[in-house]
Amino acid sequence: MPDQNTIAVAMSGGVDSSTVAAMLRAEGRNVVGLTMQLWNQRRLAGREGMPEAVAGRCCSLDDVYDARRVAETIGIPYYVVNHEDRFERDVVRPFVKEYLSGRTPIPCSLCNNHLKFDQLLTVARQIGADSVATGHYARVEFDHSNERWLLKRPTDRSKDQTYFLFGLTQEQLSRTLFPLGGMTKPEVRELARKYGLALAEKPDSQEICFVPGGDYKNFLDAYLAEQGELFPETAGELVTTDGRIIGEHSGIHNFTVGQRKGLGVATGSPLYVLQIKGDTRQVVVGDQANLYSRTMVTRKNNLISIEDLHQPMRVSVKIRHRHEASPATIEKTGDDEIRVTFDDPQRAITPGQAAVFYDGDVVVGGGWIS
Amino acid sequence: MRRVYLDNNATTPVLPEVLDAMRPYYAEHFGNASSIHHHGQETRGAVERARESVATLLGCRPAEVVFTSGGTEADNLAIFGLVQSGDHVITSTIEHHAVLNSCKHLHEKGVEVTFLPVDGRGLVDPDDLRRALRPNTKLVTIMFANNETGVIQPVEEFGKICAEADVYFHSDAVQAASKIPIRVKEIGCDLLSISGHKFNAPQGVGALYVRKGTTLDPLFFGGSHERSRRAGTENVPGIVGLGKAAELAVKALANGEDTEMASLRDRLERAILGSVESAGVNGAGAPRVPNTTNIYFDYIEGEALVITLDLKGLAVSTGAACSSGAIEPSHVLTAMGLLPDRARASIRFSLGKQNTSGDVDFATQLLPASVERLRELSPLYNRKSPVPS
Repeated sequence: MPDQNTIAVAMSGGVDSSTVAAMLRAEGRNVVGLTMQLWNQRRLAGREGMPEAVAGRCCSLDDVYDARRVAETIGIPYYVVNHEDRFERDVVRPFVKEYLSGRTPIPCSLCNNHLKFDQLLTVARQIGADSVATGHYARVEFDHSNERWLLKRPTDRSKDQTYFLFGLTQEQLSRTLFPLGGMTKPEVRELARKYGLALAEKPDSQEICFVPGGDYKNFLDAYLAEQGELFPETAGELVTTDGRIIGEHSGIHNFTVGQRKGLGVATGSPLYVLQIKGDTRQVVVGDQANLYSRTMVTRKNNLISIEDLHQPMRVSVKIRHRHEASPATIEKTGDDEIRVTFDDPQRAITPGQAAVFYDGDVVVGGGWIS
Repeated sequence: MRRVYLDNNATTPVLPEVLDAMRPYYAEHFGNASSIHHHGQETRGAVERARESVATLLGCRPAEVVFTSGGTEADNLAIFGLVQSGDHVITSTIEHHAVLNSCKHLHEKGVEVTFLPVDGRGLVDPDDLRRALRPNTKLVTIMFANNETGVIQPVEEFGKICAEADVYFHSDAVQAASKIPIRVKEIGCDLLSISGHKFNAPQGVGALYVRKGTTLDPLFFGGSHERSRRAGTENVPGIVGLGKAAELAVKALANGEDTEMASLRDRLERAILGSVESAGVNGAGAPRVPNTTNIYFDYIEGEALVITLDLKGLAVSTGAACSSGAIEPSHVLTAMGLLPDRARASIRFSLGKQNTSGDVDFATQLLPASVERLRELSPLYNRKSPVPS
């Protein structure tokens, strides 16, 4: 039987999730520490362009060591669970595919949807824990009037991670705890010190965990070589908005929408990447002014605070992690299609990125920009 | 919480008699066995007595026993001590990583290596070995008993084939020692590895049988310890412990304790298979060491079952842990032809001297409900009838 008092903590070996484990332990909960082994850092290490295995990244031995030390310190059982196959299938391969077709994917959302809040929750329930706590900065609340679980922005806005969590289902939210939602990062570090955690001063991790140094190009090269796949032809033409060919480029995966530098053509006025056409391998360039647009469409949507979008709704929409949410109206235009109309034109709306809709602090839902 | 340990193929507790034998060699008889004075003579005597006990366990001469830091070092010494560039090596796909990764390393360095397959029961076919021999074959290294399934290889047949071909034969007997009788002369092997902590001696000590006349290059260079085969001051307390454990193992085998162990294991197997459906024994049909059973529970993740059981006080294991502690799919079960799902759904139970029938009951009472819960939450489980929510 699941034990209401047993809770699994997803431990990454960082300060946040370690502190969560210590907090819940101090509350007298039965805490089980789990770390997901998602990617073998040594797998591509040493291949051309790839550094030797580096410490201090997701799934690195150092992080597992740190998590294990925390578990020992606070006296909880701790296990590493292997989800490398799922991670490669659901996160790495889609990432590679998206990148090669000229979109700019965000693997963290995929990882949250498919691994952390799906696989890990399943493992947690299998081993007798009813819910999973993580070190994300976000809040979960139950809205009695609507009978829905809500995902809300955290107290520490600078650490807000709701952008990466828009895919959580009602079932997942009902079994998830974000104990840091009401705390600031300095408070978390203070608590870590109080609990005697050796890693209280460990720096935050930033980059995509399986791409060392954030170098996507080298990662793609090494990964495809390992898979015995040829790097597909991605070079093509640079064209203007009216279809004029003004040059050639080295590969669509080298560009992101909004990019200015590195186009390799000299013209009078500065040129920006406006659009990347995966099918024709064309990169469309133009004036800064053409980068702005008021509308976009999202697909693979997930709604959280509402069951369905029956009528147009006023929200704020975030189109990048570091983007300031901007006022917009969302309306349903198809079975799984939402049209977003911003009040003001937005710069560099990028297909492949997530768009997350907010109603104040509450996450209404989100989808993938198409 | 009551805790029951059924993971004795990973390691075993040191027996009280073994600990008692070791204790004086930490502070009281602390001498360096190479010293010429009284203190050295005391420990030298203890080391040589232990060597005699190990020789009795293996059926060889004391001078043929080289003490090492454990099974891994013994395997490495056998392999790297013999093989040189230009040689050909034959091993199997189900070896312990101490042998498998040593052979892979040799292969990467340009040595020819043949990895022999196993059948569905986990057995290497002697005819495959015969066919794999080449004029430059230097070494055949095939394990005695498998750590995951307990399956015993026909090592005597391998020994004959190697003798006829005049090829060195090494066997990793880490999981066989003390569980079944080992007579190196009957096997006809030139080298054989054992590890102390797999049979109630402490961790950090093992031995390699080296047939008289076999020339081995050492792994370490230094003093002339162990007849210049293994430099480094002897781990005297560990060696004394290994000797005592060997002595106890010889007695236990003479008293038929291996048969008792087998009946306890068989009871465990029967009880589990009788109470859990879609489960079976991996390696059934092959001879197995008496303490080991490897059982698949279809539709579950073995990893989750191991964690579930551990949280309830039962220690068992699955596959092999990688450096992070995560579980990797078993290369042994995969080599036996198990599909990945079934390999991942397999659990090893391994009994030890300390286990009682009460321990077996504890395990068989826990298992059905734990497996059922995992199956309920498994996306793989195609339920026969809907279950009320």
